Amino acid sequence: MTISSLPASAADYGGASAAFLRRRAFWNRVSGYILALAAATSVLVTVGIVYVLISQSIPFFQHVSLWDFLTDTQWTPVFEDAHFGVMTLVSATVTVAGIALALAIPAGLMLAIYLSEFASPRVRETIKPFLELLEAVPTVVYGFFALLLVTPLLQTFMPNLSGFNLLAPGLVMGIMILPYTASVSEDAMRSVPMGLREAGYALGYSRFRVATHVVIPAALSGITAAFILGMSRAVGETMVVAIAAGQNPRFGFDPTQGASTITAYIVQMTMGDLPHGTVAYQSVFAAGLTLFVITLFFNLLGFYLRRRFREVY
Amino acid sequence: MSAPSLHSIVAANKRTDIIVASIGVLVMAIAMILLAGVMIDLLASGWPRLLHGEFYTNFPSRHPERAGILSSIVGTSLVMLVTASIAIPLAVAAGLYLEEYAPRNWFTDLIEINVSNLAGVPSIIYGLLALGLFVHAFGLGETILTAGLVLALLILPVIIVATREAIRSIPLELREAAYGLGADKWQTVRLYVLPAARPGILTGAIVGLARAIGEAAPVITIGALTFIAFLPPSPLQSTPPFINFEWLWSPFTLMPIQMFNWVSRPQEAFHVNAAATGVVLMVMTLIMNGLAIYIRYHLRKLQR
Repeated sequence: MTISSLPASAADYGGASAAFLRRRAFWNRVSGYILALAAATSVLVTVGIVYVLISQSIPFFQHVSLWDFLTDTQWTPVFEDAHFGVMTLVSATVTVAGIALALAIPAGLMLAIYLSEFASPRVRETIKPFLELLEAVPTVVYGFFALLLVTPLLQTFMPNLSGFNLLAPGLVMGIMILPYTASVSEDAMRSVPMGLREAGYALGYSRFRVATHVVIPAALSGITAAFILGMSRAVGETMVVAIAAGQNPRFGFDPTQGASTITAYIVQMTMGDLPHGTVAYQSVFAAGLTLFVITLFFNLLGFYLRRRFREVY
Repeated sequence: MSAPSLHSIVAANKRTDIIVASIGVLVMAIAMILLAGVMIDLLASGWPRLLHGEFYTNFPSRHPERAGILSSIVGTSLVMLVTASIAIPLAVAAGLYLEEYAPRNWFTDLIEINVSNLAGVPSIIYGLLALGLFVHAFGLGETILTAGLVLALLILPVIIVATREAIRSIPLELREAAYGLGADKWQTVRLYVLPAARPGILTGAIVGLARAIGEAAPVITIGALTFIAFLPPSPLQSTPPFINFEWLWSPFTLMPIQMFNWVSRPQEAFHVNAAATGVVLMVMTLIMNGLAIYIRYHLRKLQR
């Protein structure tokens, strides 16, 4: 580029464009405010969620005491003799999430160890996009499998398994959260410094021993975070249980029978024509509030643990 | 007891490693085979319907062999249009603010914690937000607009995080070069930072929309109908002003909701329809995600 293509003096910038400069300064200021407003909207979403859940739950709790809500073991919102024991729904939710984790923790850990400690970079780069694709499968599709593929399959060697049950959705959900837990724990393991591993090798450890005695203890908070966040997903997952777990609220932890989880209950009630303002309508929001509190607790714990391992290394 | 020789230690270590590595490969192979098997099963169950042209051009029906997914395809497309046009500008603006403008103070911390927390809120809770706020408090009703809005809020954190990562990876020198040429902050952001971050933002937006396409839970709660035997008014018309927005207020159905409805019916003939819808849905999400992954990896190669 030749010098001659540049303006001869500073006056050439300003002289031609006082209006331009004014406009520019205006947009510079305004754009900052507009962007800040957009960022603040995300806070409004949370405020909206909390407001809706609480404002609809307050009239509910005027009708049903908090004690009954937490200790009653029946949930019959539309019966003549209505009971609102949320533990009924929570027990099914916990059962499904427990089954999911029983599958996802060992398999996810194995996968993470393999990807982070054994696999060559090329294998890892090929597998990770596949894991991402697995995460993208719509949950309705997983629900379809739980009801029409896994349940009949399990029934061939578990004759007393009912058509709607907690076992099949639990297993399917385990497969569903597997890619997520595996990739988050793998991130945690890979952030362990190479020097620690080399110290292990210098002591004559095998790769597996390095993984179990050096890498996993060092990445423990990150791995725990992965499973807690996975747990939170399993608790909040809706379509799989709405399709395959049945709609019968039942207190207990028997996985061979169907039972309604918190999320399945919300779907079941809102699908029908629910009169606005009734106790049954409000019970949906009380159940939602319970779900929100549970997942919020897990999420905050998970984020705290995740941040901690990030700070150490 | 004599100390084991170096050779025997090395041999034992190699043995353990080979065993563990094979278990790892096995777990992965099982997962892959499972996935492939499941996809093949879906494809095989839905195959008879997938080959029928009518399946794509018919409305839902009481007769499974005549039922089609036309209204749900149109519904999904229109809802995605609303979602994309709300979520993308809002999320990109929020991401830009957090990376380029935000001072280090309590307000910024609040927004950051809030965004990462929103990402973990179950999708059905967004559905309750839509039911309580959009449908009843704002009176928007069970419309395409409400569905588009709630799905936009749902994928907001996904796109915000992607935008921030894309912006963070832009070297400081680019900004300094812009300032050196006399650009002010907004010019730098608009003319240099944003174009450089575009592929990353695009990837995040596609992944977010792919997630929204498959979501049924937050839309079911607002009472989306499953039996829609008509199409919303067309967004384009032959008389001026040529576009109209009446479709925003139309009732609708979505592909995942249609699939949920069919899979929940006892008749097996409807399950075939559900499987076929599942295949269409899977193809759409896989194409979108594949595109996003391609953009990301292609980009990484370019940067190298």
